[in-house]
Amino acid sequence: MTPELIAQLIVIGFTFFMLLNSAAVLVYMERKVAAVIQQRYGPYLVGPKGALQPLADIIKLIFKEELRPKSADAFLFYLAPIISATAAFAAFAVVPWGADTDFSTLAHLLFLDKIFGFTGLAHPIRLAAADVNVGLLVIFSITAMGVYGIVLAGWSSNSKYSLLGALRASAQMISYEISYGLSFAAVIMLAGSLSLATIVDQQAGYWFGFIPKWYIFIQPIGFFIFLTAGVAETNRAPFDFPEAEQELVAGYHTEYSSMSFAMFFLAEYVNMVTVSAVATDLFLGGWHGPFPLPDGFGWVWFLAKIFVLLFFYIWMRWTLPRYRYDQLMEFGWKWLLPAAVLNLLVSAYIALRVGW
Amino acid sequence: MDALLFWILAAVTVASAVLVIGQRNPMRSVLLLIVMFMALAGLYVTLGSPFAAVVQIIIYAGAIMVLFLFVVMLLNVPTEETPIGRQARLLGGVGPRRFGALLSAALALELFWALGRLGAIAMPAGDTPETTVKAIGLRLFRDYAFAFEATSVLILVAMVGAVVLARKEPQQ
Repeated sequence: MTPELIAQLIVIGFTFFMLLNSAAVLVYMERKVAAVIQQRYGPYLVGPKGALQPLADIIKLIFKEELRPKSADAFLFYLAPIISATAAFAAFAVVPWGADTDFSTLAHLLFLDKIFGFTGLAHPIRLAAADVNVGLLVIFSITAMGVYGIVLAGWSSNSKYSLLGALRASAQMISYEISYGLSFAAVIMLAGSLSLATIVDQQAGYWFGFIPKWYIFIQPIGFFIFLTAGVAETNRAPFDFPEAEQELVAGYHTEYSSMSFAMFFLAEYVNMVTVSAVATDLFLGGWHGPFPLPDGFGWVWFLAKIFVLLFFYIWMRWTLPRYRYDQLMEFGWKWLLPAAVLNLLVSAYIALRVGW
Repeated sequence: MDALLFWILAAVTVASAVLVIGQRNPMRSVLLLIVMFMALAGLYVTLGSPFAAVVQIIIYAGAIMVLFLFVVMLLNVPTEETPIGRQARLLGGVGPRRFGALLSAALALELFWALGRLGAIAMPAGDTPETTVKAIGLRLFRDYAFAFEATSVLILVAMVGAVVLARKEPQQ
Protein backbone atom coordinates (compact mmCIF):
# COMPACT_ATOMS: atom_id res chain seq x y z
CA MET A 1 0.00 0.00 0.00
CA THR A 2 1.82 3.06 -1.25
CA PRO A 3 0.63 6.49 -0.06
CA GLU A 4 -0.58 7.16 -3.63
CA LEU A 5 -2.81 4.11 -3.54
CA ILE A 6 -4.29 5.07 -0.18
CA ALA A 7 -4.88 8.61 -1.43
CA GLN A 8 -6.58 7.27 -4.57
CA LEU A 9 -8.84 5.06 -2.46
CA ILE A 10 -9.76 8.05 -0.30
CA VAL A 11 -10.54 10.06 -3.45
CA ILE A 12 -12.78 7.26 -4.75
CA GLY A 13 -14.62 6.99 -1.43
CA PHE A 14 -14.99 10.76 -1.25
CA THR A 15 -16.38 10.95 -4.81
CA PHE A 16 -18.95 8.29 -4.00
CA PHE A 17 -19.90 9.93 -0.71
CA MET A 18 -20.32 13.35 -2.31
CA LEU A 19 -22.38 11.94 -5.17
CA LEU A 20 -24.68 10.14 -2.76
CA ASN A 21 -25.15 13.29 -0.71
CA SER A 22 -25.57 15.52 -3.73
CA ALA A 23 -28.84 13.69 -4.42
CA ALA A 24 -30.11 14.56 -0.93
CA VAL A 25 -28.98 18.17 -1.25
CA LEU A 26 -30.60 18.40 -4.68
CA VAL A 27 -33.93 17.13 -3.40
CA TYR A 28 -33.93 19.85 -0.76
CA MET A 29 -32.80 22.45 -3.27
CA GLU A 30 -35.46 21.38 -5.75
CA ARG A 31 -38.23 21.67 -3.16
CA LYS A 32 -37.05 25.02 -1.87
CA VAL A 33 -36.53 26.55 -5.32
CA ALA A 34 -39.91 25.21 -6.46
CA ALA A 35 -41.49 26.75 -3.37
CA VAL A 36 -39.92 30.15 -4.03
CA ILE A 37 -41.01 30.06 -7.69
CA GLN A 38 -44.58 29.14 -6.66
CA GLN A 39 -44.61 31.62 -3.74
CA ARG A 40 -44.81 28.95 -1.02
CA TYR A 41 -42.61 28.17 1.97
CA GLY A 42 -41.52 24.66 1.00
CA PRO A 43 -40.26 22.27 3.68
CA TYR A 44 -39.70 24.17 6.93
CA LEU A 45 -40.52 21.84 9.84
CA VAL A 46 -37.72 19.27 9.92
CA GLY A 47 -34.49 20.88 11.03
CA PRO A 48 -33.44 24.51 10.51
CA LYS A 49 -35.37 25.86 7.49
CA GLY A 50 -36.38 22.29 6.72
CA ALA A 51 -32.80 21.29 5.90
CA LEU A 52 -33.22 17.80 7.33
CA GLN A 53 -36.22 17.09 5.10
CA PRO A 54 -34.24 14.82 2.71
CA LEU A 55 -33.16 12.71 5.69
CA ALA A 56 -36.77 12.35 6.79
CA ASP A 57 -37.72 11.40 3.23
CA ILE A 58 -35.06 8.71 3.12
CA ILE A 59 -36.14 7.24 6.46
CA LYS A 60 -39.74 7.23 5.26
CA LEU A 61 -38.75 5.45 2.05
CA ILE A 62 -36.72 2.81 3.88
CA PHE A 63 -39.61 1.89 6.18
CA LYS A 64 -42.25 1.73 3.45
CA GLU A 65 -43.53 -1.63 2.35
CA GLU A 66 -41.93 -3.10 -0.74
CA LEU A 67 -44.75 -3.96 -3.13
CA ARG A 68 -44.62 -6.01 -6.29
CA PRO A 69 -47.49 -6.59 -8.75
CA LYS A 70 -48.54 -10.25 -8.83
CA SER A 71 -48.01 -10.63 -12.57
CA ALA A 72 -44.63 -8.87 -12.61
CA ASP A 73 -41.45 -10.62 -13.64
CA ALA A 74 -39.86 -10.80 -10.18
CA PHE A 75 -36.21 -11.05 -11.20
CA LEU A 76 -36.28 -8.24 -13.74
CA PHE A 77 -38.53 -6.15 -11.52
CA TYR A 78 -35.85 -6.04 -8.82
CA LEU A 79 -32.96 -5.90 -11.29
CA ALA A 80 -34.18 -2.76 -13.10
CA PRO A 81 -33.66 -0.20 -10.28
CA ILE A 82 -30.25 -1.72 -9.59
CA ILE A 83 -29.21 -1.20 -13.21
CA SER A 84 -30.47 2.39 -13.11
CA ALA A 85 -28.62 3.33 -9.93
CA THR A 86 -25.43 1.48 -10.88
CA ALA A 87 -25.26 3.12 -14.30
CA ALA A 88 -25.82 6.55 -12.74
CA PHE A 89 -22.97 6.14 -10.27
CA ALA A 90 -20.61 4.37 -12.69
CA ALA A 91 -20.82 7.19 -15.22
CA PHE A 92 -19.40 9.66 -12.72
CA ALA A 93 -16.35 7.45 -12.10
CA VAL A 94 -14.42 8.87 -15.04
CA VAL A 95 -15.31 12.52 -14.42
CA PRO A 96 -12.31 14.41 -13.03
CA TRP A 97 -13.27 17.14 -10.55
CA GLY A 98 -9.98 18.82 -9.82
CA ALA A 99 -6.45 19.31 -11.14
CA ASP A 100 -3.85 16.64 -10.38
CA THR A 101 -2.67 17.28 -6.86
CA ASP A 102 -0.16 15.99 -4.30
CA PHE A 103 -2.28 17.30 -1.37
CA SER A 104 0.59 19.43 0.03
CA THR A 105 -1.62 22.52 0.39
CA LEU A 106 -4.37 20.52 2.05
CA ALA A 107 -1.89 18.76 4.36
CA HIS A 108 -0.53 22.14 5.43
CA LEU A 109 -3.98 23.63 6.05
CA LEU A 110 -5.21 20.66 8.09
CA PHE A 111 -1.94 20.55 10.10
CA LEU A 112 -1.34 17.02 8.80
CA ASP A 113 2.32 17.93 8.32
CA LYS A 114 2.63 18.89 12.00
CA ILE A 115 0.72 15.89 13.40
CA PHE A 116 1.57 12.99 11.06
CA GLY A 117 4.56 14.41 9.23
CA PHE A 118 2.61 14.13 5.95
CA THR A 119 3.78 16.89 3.62
CA GLY A 120 2.24 15.65 0.38
CA LEU A 121 2.52 12.75 -2.03
CA ALA A 122 5.62 12.03 -4.07
CA HIS A 123 3.59 11.85 -7.28
CA PRO A 124 0.43 13.93 -7.82
CA ILE A 125 -2.74 11.90 -8.36
CA ARG A 126 -5.83 12.66 -10.39
CA LEU A 127 -8.97 13.77 -8.57
CA ALA A 128 -11.29 11.25 -10.18
CA ALA A 129 -12.40 7.76 -9.28
CA ALA A 130 -10.79 6.35 -12.44
CA ASP A 131 -8.33 7.76 -14.94
CA VAL A 132 -9.42 6.51 -18.36
CA ASN A 133 -8.04 7.91 -21.60
CA VAL A 134 -11.32 7.33 -23.45
CA GLY A 135 -13.32 8.84 -20.57
CA LEU A 136 -15.93 10.61 -22.69
CA LEU A 137 -16.82 7.46 -24.56
CA VAL A 138 -17.10 5.57 -21.28
CA ILE A 139 -19.63 8.12 -20.03
CA PHE A 140 -21.51 7.83 -23.31
CA SER A 141 -21.62 4.04 -23.15
CA ILE A 142 -22.72 3.90 -19.51
CA THR A 143 -25.46 6.44 -20.21
CA ALA A 144 -26.61 4.12 -22.97
CA MET A 145 -26.74 1.29 -20.43
CA GLY A 146 -28.93 3.37 -18.14
CA VAL A 147 -31.74 3.06 -20.71
CA TYR A 148 -32.04 -0.63 -19.85
CA GLY A 149 -32.95 0.11 -16.25
CA ILE A 150 -35.93 2.15 -17.40
CA VAL A 151 -36.99 -0.19 -20.20
CA LEU A 152 -36.83 -3.25 -17.95
CA ALA A 153 -38.70 -1.46 -15.17
CA GLY A 154 -41.49 -0.63 -17.56
CA TRP A 155 -41.69 -4.06 -19.11
CA SER A 156 -41.32 -6.19 -15.99
CA SER A 157 -44.01 -4.28 -14.06
CA ASN A 158 -46.63 -5.70 -16.43
CA SER A 159 -48.67 -2.52 -16.30
CA LYS A 160 -49.77 -0.38 -19.21
CA TYR A 161 -48.64 2.90 -17.71
CA SER A 162 -45.21 1.51 -16.95
CA LEU A 163 -44.80 0.06 -20.43
CA LEU A 164 -45.87 3.29 -22.12
CA GLY A 165 -43.53 5.28 -19.90
CA ALA A 166 -40.63 2.96 -20.66
CA LEU A 167 -41.28 3.10 -24.40
CA ARG A 168 -41.38 6.86 -24.30
CA ALA A 169 -38.24 7.02 -22.19
CA SER A 170 -36.22 4.80 -24.46
CA ALA A 171 -37.42 6.47 -27.66
CA GLN A 172 -36.58 9.85 -26.19
CA MET A 173 -33.19 8.84 -24.85
CA ILE A 174 -32.15 7.19 -28.12
CA SER A 175 -33.25 10.21 -30.17
CA TYR A 176 -31.45 12.72 -28.04
CA GLU A 177 -28.36 10.59 -27.51
CA ILE A 178 -27.28 11.31 -31.09
CA SER A 179 -27.37 15.10 -30.70
CA TYR A 180 -25.71 14.66 -27.29
CA GLY A 181 -22.85 12.69 -28.81
CA LEU A 182 -22.42 15.03 -31.79
CA SER A 183 -22.30 18.10 -29.55
CA PHE A 184 -19.34 16.79 -27.63
CA ALA A 185 -17.70 15.38 -30.74
CA ALA A 186 -17.05 19.01 -31.72
CA VAL A 187 -15.26 19.58 -28.41
CA ILE A 188 -13.25 16.38 -28.86
CA MET A 189 -12.04 17.73 -32.20
CA LEU A 190 -11.01 21.04 -30.70
CA ALA A 191 -9.15 19.43 -27.82
CA GLY A 192 -7.81 16.50 -29.81
CA SER A 193 -8.42 14.12 -26.94
CA LEU A 194 -11.08 11.87 -25.46
CA SER A 195 -9.77 12.28 -21.93
CA LEU A 196 -11.80 14.73 -19.85
CA ALA A 197 -8.74 15.84 -17.87
CA THR A 198 -6.88 16.75 -21.08
CA ILE A 199 -9.92 18.61 -22.41
CA VAL A 200 -10.11 20.63 -19.20
CA ASP A 201 -6.41 21.44 -19.32
CA GLN A 202 -6.79 22.71 -22.89
CA GLN A 203 -9.12 25.36 -21.48
CA ALA A 204 -6.56 26.85 -19.09
CA GLY A 205 -5.44 30.42 -19.67
CA TYR A 206 -7.10 33.62 -20.88
CA TRP A 207 -7.75 35.53 -24.08
CA PHE A 208 -6.69 39.20 -23.86
CA GLY A 209 -5.80 38.53 -20.24
CA PHE A 210 -9.35 38.34 -18.89
CA ILE A 211 -11.67 36.12 -20.99
CA PRO A 212 -11.11 32.52 -19.83
CA LYS A 213 -10.39 30.11 -22.70
CA TRP A 214 -13.51 28.04 -22.14
CA TYR A 215 -15.02 26.10 -25.01
CA ILE A 216 -18.41 27.69 -24.38
CA PHE A 217 -17.10 30.83 -26.08
CA ILE A 218 -16.03 28.93 -29.20
CA GLN A 219 -18.87 26.41 -29.08
CA PRO A 220 -21.97 28.29 -27.85
CA ILE A 221 -24.29 26.24 -30.11
CA GLY A 222 -22.59 23.04 -28.97
CA PHE A 223 -23.17 24.01 -25.34
CA PHE A 224 -26.84 24.73 -26.00
CA ILE A 225 -27.29 21.39 -27.76
CA PHE A 226 -25.47 19.56 -24.98
CA LEU A 227 -27.62 21.13 -22.27
CA THR A 228 -30.88 20.51 -24.13
CA ALA A 229 -30.01 16.92 -24.96
CA GLY A 230 -28.78 16.49 -21.40
CA VAL A 231 -32.18 17.50 -20.02
CA ALA A 232 -33.85 15.02 -22.36
CA GLU A 233 -31.34 12.31 -21.40
CA THR A 234 -32.10 12.75 -17.72
CA ASN A 235 -35.86 12.84 -18.41
CA ARG A 236 -36.35 16.16 -16.67
CA ALA A 237 -39.03 18.75 -17.36
CA PRO A 238 -39.80 20.16 -19.92
CA PHE A 239 -38.94 16.75 -21.40
CA ASP A 240 -40.29 14.55 -18.59
CA PHE A 241 -42.58 12.41 -20.74
CA PRO A 242 -41.57 9.06 -19.28
CA GLU A 243 -43.27 10.10 -16.04
CA ALA A 244 -45.83 12.59 -17.26
CA GLU A 245 -48.14 12.33 -14.26
CA GLN A 246 -51.27 13.62 -15.98
CA GLU A 247 -51.09 10.90 -18.61
CA LEU A 248 -49.12 8.00 -17.19
CA VAL A 249 -49.55 8.15 -13.38
CA ALA A 250 -45.78 7.98 -12.80
CA GLY A 251 -44.51 6.33 -15.98
CA TYR A 252 -41.97 3.55 -15.77
CA HIS A 253 -41.81 3.55 -11.95
CA THR A 254 -45.58 3.49 -11.37
CA GLU A 255 -45.48 0.07 -9.69
CA TYR A 256 -42.38 0.70 -7.60
CA SER A 257 -42.34 1.56 -3.93
CA SER A 258 -39.97 1.87 -1.00
CA MET A 259 -36.25 1.52 -1.76
CA SER A 260 -36.74 0.30 -5.34
CA PHE A 261 -38.47 3.57 -6.08
CA ALA A 262 -35.75 5.42 -4.18
CA MET A 263 -33.14 3.90 -6.50
CA PHE A 264 -34.83 5.42 -9.56
CA PHE A 265 -35.15 8.70 -7.74
CA LEU A 266 -31.47 8.59 -6.78
CA ALA A 267 -30.45 7.67 -10.33
CA GLU A 268 -32.33 10.66 -11.74
CA TYR A 269 -30.56 13.13 -9.47
CA VAL A 270 -27.14 11.52 -9.86
CA ASN A 271 -27.61 11.64 -13.65
CA MET A 272 -28.33 15.35 -13.35
CA VAL A 273 -25.10 15.84 -11.43
CA THR A 274 -23.16 13.81 -14.00
CA VAL A 275 -24.53 15.76 -16.96
CA SER A 276 -23.72 19.04 -15.20
CA ALA A 277 -20.23 17.81 -14.31
CA VAL A 278 -19.54 16.72 -17.89
CA ALA A 279 -20.88 20.05 -19.20
CA THR A 280 -18.57 21.82 -16.75
CA ASP A 281 -15.55 19.82 -17.87
CA LEU A 282 -16.32 20.13 -21.57
CA PHE A 283 -17.55 23.67 -21.97
CA LEU A 284 -17.01 25.66 -18.79
CA GLY A 285 -13.33 25.00 -18.17
CA GLY A 286 -13.72 22.51 -15.32
CA TRP A 287 -11.53 23.62 -12.46
CA HIS A 288 -10.15 26.68 -14.32
CA GLY A 289 -12.00 29.75 -13.10
CA PRO A 290 -12.25 33.37 -14.21
CA PHE A 291 -9.40 34.08 -11.80
CA PRO A 292 -6.97 31.51 -10.37
CA LEU A 293 -7.39 30.12 -6.86
CA PRO A 294 -4.48 28.88 -4.70
CA ASP A 295 -2.91 25.64 -5.94
CA GLY A 296 -5.03 22.60 -5.13
CA PHE A 297 -8.33 24.49 -4.80
CA GLY A 298 -9.55 24.33 -8.40
CA TRP A 299 -12.35 21.99 -7.32
CA VAL A 300 -14.06 24.98 -5.69
CA TRP A 301 -14.64 26.42 -9.17
CA PHE A 302 -15.81 23.03 -10.33
CA LEU A 303 -18.38 22.78 -7.53
CA ALA A 304 -19.57 26.35 -8.13
CA LYS A 305 -20.13 25.72 -11.84
CA ILE A 306 -21.98 22.46 -11.19
CA PHE A 307 -24.17 24.27 -8.68
CA VAL A 308 -25.08 26.96 -11.21
CA LEU A 309 -25.95 24.36 -13.85
CA LEU A 310 -28.06 22.35 -11.40
CA PHE A 311 -29.88 25.47 -10.32
CA PHE A 312 -30.57 26.17 -14.00
CA TYR A 313 -32.04 22.68 -14.36
CA ILE A 314 -34.37 23.13 -11.41
CA TRP A 315 -35.30 26.62 -12.48
CA MET A 316 -36.22 25.34 -15.93
CA ARG A 317 -38.29 22.50 -14.52
CA TRP A 318 -40.52 24.80 -12.54
CA THR A 319 -40.75 27.49 -15.22
CA LEU A 320 -41.41 25.69 -18.49
CA PRO A 321 -44.50 23.58 -19.19
CA ARG A 322 -44.12 20.11 -20.68
CA TYR A 323 -43.91 19.79 -24.46
CA ARG A 324 -46.21 17.56 -26.44
CA TYR A 325 -44.68 14.19 -27.30
CA ASP A 326 -44.70 14.64 -31.08
CA GLN A 327 -43.22 18.12 -30.62
CA LEU A 328 -40.41 16.60 -28.60
CA MET A 329 -39.60 14.08 -31.32
CA GLU A 330 -39.87 16.73 -34.01
CA PHE A 331 -37.59 19.07 -32.11
CA GLY A 332 -35.03 16.33 -31.50
CA TRP A 333 -34.85 14.99 -35.02
CA LYS A 334 -35.69 18.01 -37.19
CA TRP A 335 -33.98 20.82 -35.28
CA LEU A 336 -31.47 19.63 -32.71
CA LEU A 337 -29.86 16.90 -34.82
CA PRO A 338 -29.32 19.03 -37.97
CA ALA A 339 -28.02 21.84 -35.78
CA ALA A 340 -25.58 19.43 -34.12
CA VAL A 341 -24.37 18.05 -37.46
CA LEU A 342 -23.96 21.55 -38.87
CA ASN A 343 -22.10 22.66 -35.75
CA LEU A 344 -19.78 19.66 -36.05
CA LEU A 345 -19.05 20.29 -39.75
CA VAL A 346 -18.40 24.00 -39.29
CA SER A 347 -16.11 23.42 -36.32
CA ALA A 348 -14.29 20.65 -38.20
CA TYR A 349 -13.72 22.99 -41.13
CA ILE A 350 -12.48 25.82 -38.95
CA ALA A 351 -10.30 23.52 -36.85
CA LEU A 352 -8.72 22.08 -40.00
CA ARG A 353 -8.30 25.24 -42.10
CA VAL A 354 -7.89 28.04 -39.63
CA GLY A 355 -6.99 26.48 -36.29
CA TRP A 356 -7.84 28.11 -33.03
CA MET B 1 -4.35 -11.32 -12.19
CA ASP B 2 -4.78 -10.87 -15.95
CA ALA B 3 -5.14 -14.61 -16.45
CA LEU B 4 -7.79 -14.80 -13.73
CA LEU B 5 -9.71 -11.88 -15.28
CA PHE B 6 -9.48 -13.53 -18.67
CA TRP B 7 -10.90 -16.81 -17.39
CA ILE B 8 -13.74 -15.14 -15.52
CA LEU B 9 -14.72 -12.96 -18.49
CA ALA B 10 -14.33 -15.79 -20.97
CA ALA B 11 -16.49 -18.06 -18.82
CA VAL B 12 -19.19 -15.39 -18.55
CA THR B 13 -19.06 -14.80 -22.32
CA VAL B 14 -19.40 -18.46 -23.23
CA ALA B 15 -21.97 -19.26 -20.54
CA SER B 16 -24.23 -16.33 -21.44
CA ALA B 17 -23.86 -17.01 -25.17
CA VAL B 18 -24.97 -20.62 -24.63
CA LEU B 19 -27.84 -19.47 -22.43
CA VAL B 20 -29.03 -17.02 -25.13
CA ILE B 21 -29.88 -20.01 -27.29
CA GLY B 22 -31.01 -22.15 -24.36
CA GLN B 23 -33.57 -19.65 -23.11
CA ARG B 24 -37.23 -19.98 -24.03
CA ASN B 25 -38.05 -16.47 -22.88
CA PRO B 26 -36.97 -14.01 -25.62
CA MET B 27 -36.66 -11.16 -23.12
CA ARG B 28 -34.13 -13.12 -21.08
CA SER B 29 -32.31 -14.04 -24.28
CA VAL B 30 -31.86 -10.40 -25.22
CA LEU B 31 -30.60 -9.57 -21.73
CA LEU B 32 -28.15 -12.46 -21.74
CA LEU B 33 -26.87 -11.27 -25.11
CA ILE B 34 -26.19 -7.88 -23.49
CA VAL B 35 -24.31 -9.62 -20.68
CA MET B 36 -22.26 -11.42 -23.32
CA PHE B 37 -21.38 -8.16 -25.08
CA MET B 38 -20.34 -6.64 -21.76
CA ALA B 39 -18.05 -9.56 -20.94
CA LEU B 40 -16.59 -9.34 -24.43
CA ALA B 41 -15.91 -5.64 -23.85
CA GLY B 42 -14.15 -6.62 -20.63
CA LEU B 43 -11.94 -9.00 -22.63
CA TYR B 44 -11.02 -6.14 -24.97
CA VAL B 45 -9.97 -4.08 -21.96
CA THR B 46 -7.70 -6.85 -20.68
CA LEU B 47 -6.20 -7.00 -24.19
CA GLY B 48 -5.24 -3.34 -23.84
CA SER B 49 -7.79 -1.80 -26.19
CA PRO B 50 -10.26 0.29 -24.18
CA PHE B 51 -11.46 2.04 -27.34
CA ALA B 52 -12.67 -1.19 -28.92
CA ALA B 53 -14.33 -2.14 -25.61
CA VAL B 54 -16.22 1.14 -25.32
CA VAL B 55 -17.29 1.08 -28.96
CA GLN B 56 -18.50 -2.49 -28.45
CA ILE B 57 -20.71 -1.36 -25.58
CA ILE B 58 -22.01 1.78 -27.31
CA ILE B 59 -22.88 0.13 -30.61
CA TYR B 60 -23.80 -3.45 -29.75
CA ALA B 61 -24.98 -3.38 -26.16
CA GLY B 62 -26.27 0.20 -26.39
CA ALA B 63 -27.80 0.82 -29.79
CA ILE B 64 -28.53 -2.52 -31.41
CA MET B 65 -29.79 -4.38 -28.35
CA VAL B 66 -32.20 -1.58 -27.45
CA LEU B 67 -33.85 -2.14 -30.82
CA PHE B 68 -34.03 -5.90 -30.15
CA LEU B 69 -35.56 -5.17 -26.78
CA PHE B 70 -38.10 -2.85 -28.39
CA VAL B 71 -39.25 -5.51 -30.81
CA VAL B 72 -39.50 -8.17 -28.11
CA MET B 73 -41.36 -5.81 -25.80
CA LEU B 74 -43.85 -4.70 -28.43
CA LEU B 75 -44.56 -8.20 -29.71
CA ASN B 76 -44.78 -9.37 -26.09
CA VAL B 77 -44.19 -13.06 -26.75
CA PRO B 78 -43.93 -14.83 -23.38
CA THR B 79 -42.19 -17.97 -24.63
CA GLU B 80 -40.90 -19.20 -27.94
CA GLU B 81 -43.18 -21.62 -29.76
CA THR B 82 -41.30 -24.81 -30.45
CA PRO B 83 -42.40 -27.46 -32.88
CA ILE B 84 -42.67 -30.88 -31.29
CA GLY B 85 -42.17 -34.27 -32.95
CA ARG B 86 -40.88 -34.70 -36.47
CA GLN B 87 -40.40 -30.96 -36.91
CA ALA B 88 -38.03 -30.80 -33.97
CA ARG B 89 -35.59 -33.38 -35.34
CA LEU B 90 -32.24 -32.01 -36.42
CA LEU B 91 -32.51 -32.56 -40.18
CA GLY B 92 -36.28 -32.91 -40.33
CA GLY B 93 -38.75 -30.22 -41.23
CA VAL B 94 -38.91 -27.88 -44.18
CA GLY B 95 -36.16 -26.91 -46.63
CA PRO B 96 -34.85 -23.72 -44.91
CA ARG B 97 -34.49 -25.73 -41.73
CA ARG B 98 -32.33 -28.31 -43.42
CA PHE B 99 -30.28 -25.57 -45.03
CA GLY B 100 -29.78 -23.94 -41.63
CA ALA B 101 -28.66 -27.22 -40.11
CA LEU B 102 -26.17 -27.70 -42.93
CA LEU B 103 -24.85 -24.17 -42.47
CA SER B 104 -24.32 -24.63 -38.75
CA ALA B 105 -22.59 -27.96 -39.38
CA ALA B 106 -20.25 -26.19 -41.82
CA LEU B 107 -19.62 -23.48 -39.24
CA ALA B 108 -18.81 -26.05 -36.57
CA LEU B 109 -16.35 -27.77 -38.93
CA GLU B 110 -14.74 -24.44 -39.75
CA LEU B 111 -14.43 -23.65 -36.06
CA PHE B 112 -12.73 -26.96 -35.29
CA TRP B 113 -10.40 -26.47 -38.25
CA ALA B 114 -9.46 -22.98 -37.04
CA LEU B 115 -8.94 -24.17 -33.48
CA GLY B 116 -6.83 -27.08 -34.72
CA ARG B 117 -4.50 -24.71 -36.54
CA LEU B 118 -4.11 -22.48 -33.53
CA GLY B 119 -1.20 -24.41 -32.06
CA ALA B 120 0.91 -23.99 -35.21
CA ILE B 121 0.61 -20.21 -35.39
CA ALA B 122 3.02 -18.33 -33.19
CA MET B 123 1.56 -15.23 -31.57
CA PRO B 124 3.48 -12.09 -32.57
CA ALA B 125 5.56 -11.25 -29.52
CA GLY B 126 6.64 -7.78 -28.47
CA ASP B 127 4.61 -6.23 -31.25
CA THR B 128 2.25 -3.78 -29.58
CA PRO B 129 -0.87 -3.35 -31.70
CA GLU B 130 -2.12 0.12 -32.46
CA THR B 131 -5.12 0.66 -30.23
CA THR B 132 -5.30 4.42 -29.84
CA VAL B 133 -8.23 6.26 -31.33
CA LYS B 134 -5.90 8.16 -33.62
CA ALA B 135 -4.23 5.02 -34.99
CA ILE B 136 -7.57 3.32 -35.59
CA GLY B 137 -8.98 6.45 -37.23
CA LEU B 138 -5.99 6.82 -39.56
CA ARG B 139 -6.21 3.18 -40.59
CA LEU B 140 -9.94 3.38 -41.13
CA PHE B 141 -10.03 6.59 -43.13
CA ARG B 142 -6.77 6.16 -45.10
CA ASP B 143 -6.01 2.49 -45.70
CA TYR B 144 -9.55 1.21 -45.59
CA ALA B 145 -11.38 4.31 -46.78
CA PHE B 146 -13.06 2.53 -49.68
CA ALA B 147 -14.38 -0.35 -47.56
CA PHE B 148 -15.57 2.17 -44.97
CA GLU B 149 -17.45 4.27 -47.52
CA ALA B 150 -18.90 1.20 -49.22
CA THR B 151 -20.22 -0.05 -45.88
CA SER B 152 -21.75 3.37 -45.18
CA VAL B 153 -23.56 3.34 -48.54
CA LEU B 154 -24.77 -0.20 -47.85
CA ILE B 155 -26.19 0.82 -44.46
CA LEU B 156 -27.80 3.91 -46.00
CA VAL B 157 -29.46 1.78 -48.68
CA ALA B 158 -30.74 -0.63 -46.02
CA MET B 159 -32.11 2.30 -44.03
CA VAL B 160 -33.90 3.84 -47.03
CA GLY B 161 -35.26 0.41 -47.88
CA ALA B 162 -36.61 -0.05 -44.36
CA VAL B 163 -38.30 3.35 -44.50
CA VAL B 164 -39.89 2.56 -47.87
CA LEU B 165 -41.14 -0.81 -46.62
CA ALA B 166 -42.51 0.59 -43.37
CA ARG B 167 -44.21 3.59 -44.98
CA LYS B 168 -47.96 3.48 -45.23
CA GLU B 169 -49.31 4.21 -48.69
CA PRO B 170 -51.42 7.39 -48.60
CA GLN B 171 -55.15 6.69 -48.90
CA GLN B 172 -56.52 7.53 -52.34
